[in-house]
Amino acid sequence: MRSRWSYVYFAFYLLLGVVLLFLNNDLSKAVITLMNVIIVLVPLIGTIFGVMYYYNSKEFTELLLAQPLKRSSIFLGQYLGVALSLSMSLILGLGIPFVFYGLFESSAIWDFSLLLITGTFLTLIFTALAFNIALSNENKIKGFGYAILLWLFLAVIYDGLFLMTLILFEDYPLDKVSLIGTMLNPIDLSRTLILLKLDISALLGYTGAVFKQFFGTSFGLIVSFVMLTVWVVLPVLRIIFKSKKKDF
Amino acid sequence: MVIIENLHKKFGKNQVLSGVNLTISEGGIFAILGPNGSGKTTLIKSVLGMVIPNKGNITVLSENIKKNSDYRHKIDYLPQIANFPSNLKVKELIKMIKDLRKPTNEDERLIEQFKLQSFLDKKLGQLSGGTKQKVNLVLTFMFDSPLIILDEPTTGLDPISLIRLKDLIKAEKAKGKTILITSHIMSFVEEISDEIVFILEGKIYFKGSIQKLKTKTNQPDFEHAIASILTNNHA
Repeated sequence: MRSRWSYVYFAFYLLLGVVLLFLNNDLSKAVITLMNVIIVLVPLIGTIFGVMYYYNSKEFTELLLAQPLKRSSIFLGQYLGVALSLSMSLILGLGIPFVFYGLFESSAIWDFSLLLITGTFLTLIFTALAFNIALSNENKIKGFGYAILLWLFLAVIYDGLFLMTLILFEDYPLDKVSLIGTMLNPIDLSRTLILLKLDISALLGYTGAVFKQFFGTSFGLIVSFVMLTVWVVLPVLRIIFKSKKKDF
Repeated sequence: MVIIENLHKKFGKNQVLSGVNLTISEGGIFAILGPNGSGKTTLIKSVLGMVIPNKGNITVLSENIKKNSDYRHKIDYLPQIANFPSNLKVKELIKMIKDLRKPTNEDERLIEQFKLQSFLDKKLGQLSGGTKQKVNLVLTFMFDSPLIILDEPTTGLDPISLIRLKDLIKAEKAKGKTILITSHIMSFVEEISDEIVFILEGKIYFKGSIQKLKTKTNQPDFEHAIASILTNNHA
């Protein structure tokens, strides 16, 4: 089940990469288009695959639990199995067409690597979040529902709320708030990181300048990656914690 | 062999086990009986560490099982409902479980015994309930562990396989192993077990030989003895 779908996923990215390159005829532009796709799609796929895999392999998990294996290794193994195979599909599927197009001679290589790195982070984060939801919900339908809601919230609703607050409090200095707000959502964080790397921050006006000041520096970059890592580590820790207490 | 002290387990508001104390000595066949929902499977799963008790201690082969997984090397467990990943082939599953535990050649003999050769290349999702149960039995009995736990081993088996299963259990007992069985088939329990553990409302109601149970309840045969416990307790 898992392997078949990760091939489909791989083929999808391969196709996406080829088509984008063909249509744009330019590496940097293709990277921008890809960003928009990746920022939304990667979390969605990570969430759905994570939940689906957990519920589908439930019986198998029970079989494993009766074997002399540690609970943490069973669940971490499953998590890494899903997350890493999704990441591989992403990296290889996008990497292969870009490499053939002449990525290594182009200046877009750093932008492109950043795209893949954030994509991998997003996969790790959202698969871990999906496992958390699945572990806490015995009911499949509920689990799926919560997982999709989480994705919708972080990918769409969060932005809306964020924008609303910015408009409501526009009389106050908001650079710090918006910076923190961006940091707290992995999707926003990844988007901002890539946008600023692509040097189109001028489009963002004054806030863009503030962001550029922060994210453009190596300090900002490090803080962002630390935040993304925290987003991976916390859910994974909860997987371990939760799985130790669960009854089967 | 297995010592259970003051075991409590609640699922939400549903108190399943309330203070179970049980000592299973080494060697022999112990049948765990009780009405539906009395906590037999919960008790067994607690011993296996699949269910985490709210309170109480369990010791298996003088190892406390809390936060421990190594002791499961010494247990063979047959789950109640054989749910296997449906896209795996039978032989792949057997190989995988062997990789997880230890190499063994017992499986060939058991496959022969349960006539499973022709199913080895089939996927588990395509097997009938009885055949799945046979695969389940092969997986359980192929390791030579001192403690064997069987949860409803007779489910779905045809008469010939049932006889083979009984022979298998008796052979394991002859090797001096400890075997825990839950079953609702009273004739099977009566034929095979040395001692009965009766669970009622989350507590051990009775422990002892079948003969002792008959005298206690004043009933001539085993089935009626069990029935009289149940009617007297309105379960």
